Parts: sequence; structure tokens; C-alpha cells
Amino acid sequence: MSTAAAAAPSRPNPLAAFYASTIGKKWIVALTGLGLIGFVIGHLLGNLQIFLPPDYINTYAKKLKDLGPLLWIIRFGLLGIFVLHVVNTIQLRQRSAAARPEAYAVERKKAASKASLTMIISGLILLAFIVFHLLHFTLTVIPTKDIHVLDPLGRHDVYRMVVGGFQNPLVSIFYLISMGLLCMHISHGFQSVFQTIGLRTRRLSGPLNLLSNGLGWFLFLGNAAIVLAILFGLVK
Amino acid sequence: MNLTLKVWRQKDAKSPGKFETYEARNISTHASFLEMLDVVNEDLISKGIEPIHFESDCREGICGTCSMVIDGLPHGGQPGTTVCQLHMRYFQEGQVVTIEPWRAKPFPVVRDLIVDRSSFDRIIQAGGYISVRTGGTPDANALPVPKQNADLAMDAAQCIGCGACVAACRNASGMLFMSAKMGHLSYLPQGQAERSRRALAMVRQHDSEGFGNCTNQYECEAACPKEISVAYIARMNRDYALASAKEMAGVE
Repeated sequence: MSTAAAAAPSRPNPLAAFYASTIGKKWIVALTGLGLIGFVIGHLLGNLQIFLPPDYINTYAKKLKDLGPLLWIIRFGLLGIFVLHVVNTIQLRQRSAAARPEAYAVERKKAASKASLTMIISGLILLAFIVFHLLHFTLTVIPTKDIHVLDPLGRHDVYRMVVGGFQNPLVSIFYLISMGLLCMHISHGFQSVFQTIGLRTRRLSGPLNLLSNGLGWFLFLGNAAIVLAILFGLVK
Repeated sequence: MNLTLKVWRQKDAKSPGKFETYEARNISTHASFLEMLDVVNEDLISKGIEPIHFESDCREGICGTCSMVIDGLPHGGQPGTTVCQLHMRYFQEGQVVTIEPWRAKPFPVVRDLIVDRSSFDRIIQAGGYISVRTGGTPDANALPVPKQNADLAMDAAQCIGCGACVAACRNASGMLFMSAKMGHLSYLPQGQAERSRRALAMVRQHDSEGFGNCTNQYECEAACPKEISVAYIARMNRDYALASAKEMAGVE
């Protein structure tokens, strides 16, 4: 029984050891992923106001801008979460690639979903999408119709900016493809969070898969509805 | 029946390997896959060709030595079976069958289809045990264990350490094996005392052996000849995080 005490002094810093371990990194990817899912849901719910008169989304945008320092805390918090999610995923992928130096000549899958097999690709394309999206509507450096107009109350007319943005079919198609990938990414990611943090039991696996697919579809259909409604002139 | 085999041949861990093609002639559909290989080897020996090296011991599905990926699936992919339990009736006349060893950095190829799985032993040595003498068989009612826990511990204890989970995993992760070994002890009273220390030590050994991480695709569960559930991995993830938190906080 004294072996535990004898082994203690040689142990590394517990926090560093957790961060360096495969399971520790999985926990970080899972929890940051959950945070990002929360953000994406909130983002969609806010943006669905595009289907209401322009005053709603412009008031909402003004409220967010008026948060001042709090807005910057949220932005940097999100950036931190995002960086942790991406960096740890890439590190884990590198370890896994090193764990199988020689590939199989024949490979077949019995259980893995298409979404789960393409997480790195869907994730990297989403990364490119997010950079474009920020340049497009946040930093507004991509030439877009009606991007800097003011509404009758003298506020930034976010409604007209969004409508102007999605009247460009090329931009809209890129957004639609990216939302499809987001749907796939989250349909695997959401249920995966529960497995990683140890809450997915045999009984819960079915309901969690359903919920995960449902969430993916909700995010895809909600976001695609905005783009398509504008592209086909239903919202103008 | 007659088959064409494409078999991985590799002299040792350091030499590069390659596929060789052999014909399997007049194989009974009642034969097991290993018996089919025995027949092929007899033929190779009579022709003066080095026979295919593969590992087998019990030929009743409990030794876990037959480390072969057959047409892309460990042990041939029939549910809950090892290669000795895989029968030739599952194959078709004239089929081309590709046979490869487990492919993972912690499982170096010893020769042809034989891999060295001692990395699994080192994970067990790191913490997959209890440090008390259990003595003789106790009376059944001396140490009460709820029926459900006994069942879950026994399900986990079915793991034969064959490595099919690692072979099937896209990331060559050893987590189904490791979680089964942790689960079979942590569901029982005797496993409680060292539960945290065990979780930390085994995960660290797993990582230092060079196994990959789990991406929750559950190929391991589908490939496991003992059909061990990935629910043990979820439990291990929880145990490891809890053990780490205790270690960080200095909980005695």
C-alpha cells in the first residue's frame, strides 16, 4: 500500500499532466465544443429576427454593440475557446496519425458515421468560413452591397447589410455549403461531448444521437432559411 | 472451395513488408479461417516456401492472439468472434481475401501477421491490478456486491486483450481495452482503494506507448470479439478527470 506514496514525488504537475494527456485534451475539445454550440444556437436565434421588420434586428445589433467592454470580454472569450478547440484537435489528430504509421491496404467501417470520419475536414473548412464570415459582416472589409448604410434612426442598418450580402449567389452558396458542414460537424460533435465527459450511458446513447442529429438539422435549416429567403427575394 | 489470398509478409519489425499472393485450394466450408491457413501453409512448405507466420493458441475464441485484419475488418468482422471462430462458409468461391496484421505503432510486427502486444501488458503493469492479497475464495455473502455491478464487472472482464479495438480504431487508440480493464476493477469493492491512482497511471502509460486518442466513432465496440461496450470508455473518461481534479486539489 506504500507504493502510491512512493510514486508521488516523481509525478509531473497535475494540471500540465492533464492538459498533455489524450483524455485531458478530449475533455477540452468537448467542453469548448459545447461552448461553441451554445454560441451558434444563440447566433441563429438572434439572426432569425431577419424575418421580422428591420427595426428588430437593428435594435438587437445596437444592443450588442452597446455592451462595450463586456462585448470585448465575450469576443476574446469566444476566441480563446475557439483557439483551444482547434489547437487541441489538431494535436490529437497528429498523435493519432503517428499511432498508425502504416495504413491498411483494405479499410472497411462498421460503426463510424460519415460525419465522424470527416470532422477534421468539416472543421477546417468551417475555420475558413468563419474567417470569411468575420471579414464579411463583422470587419466589413469584403465589398458588399449596402454594407455601411444607416437606418432611419441613424443606426447601422444590419438588416439591409444582411440582405445585400446574400443577394450575391456565390456568397450565398458558400454560406449554404458551410452550414451543411456545420450540421454534420455538430451532429457528431454534440453526442460526442457526452461520451467524452462520461455522461453517455448505454441507455442514453439512442436519445443523444437523436438529439444530436436534430440539433444539426435545426442549425442547418434555420441558417439556410435566412440565406435562401434573401436569395429568392422573399426577404428584401 | 478455392480462394486467392493476398497476405502481408514481413521478415521482422525493421524490414519493410509487402503483399504476396497465394492460392487456397480445396478448402472445406466447415473449416475455420485458421484451419484454412494451416492447409495453405502445408502447401507452401511442400513447395519449399516459408509458411505464413500467424499466432494462434486456444482456437476457441479466448486467447486473443490471432491478430489479423481480414478484408479491412479485425478478425474478419463477424460480430463477437475471433479468427478461429470465423468459418469459411462466410466466404465465396473464388473470392480474393486480403490479410494484414494489426497496424499500430505500439504493436510492432514481429513477423508476417504476428504483432507484439506487450504495450498492453505495460498498461496493466502501470495500474491494472489491486495491491492486496485476496486470499482464498471468500464466502459468497462475505462481501456483498450488487448483481448489476457484478454483471458489469464481468462484462468488462471478458476482455481478452486481443487488440482488435486498436486495430479497428482509426486512431489506433487503446481506450476500449484500457477502460474494460479499469471497469472490471472499479465496479467491485476491491478495486475502489486504488481507483484514482489506477486511472492516472494507466492513461499516462497508454499515452506514452504511443496509442492515439478516442474520437467516439465506436468502431472498437463493433470489432470487439467480446462485444465490450464503449460505455466503459465514458466511465473511464469520468474517472480520469475526477482523479486529475483530486490530484490537482491535493485530495488525499
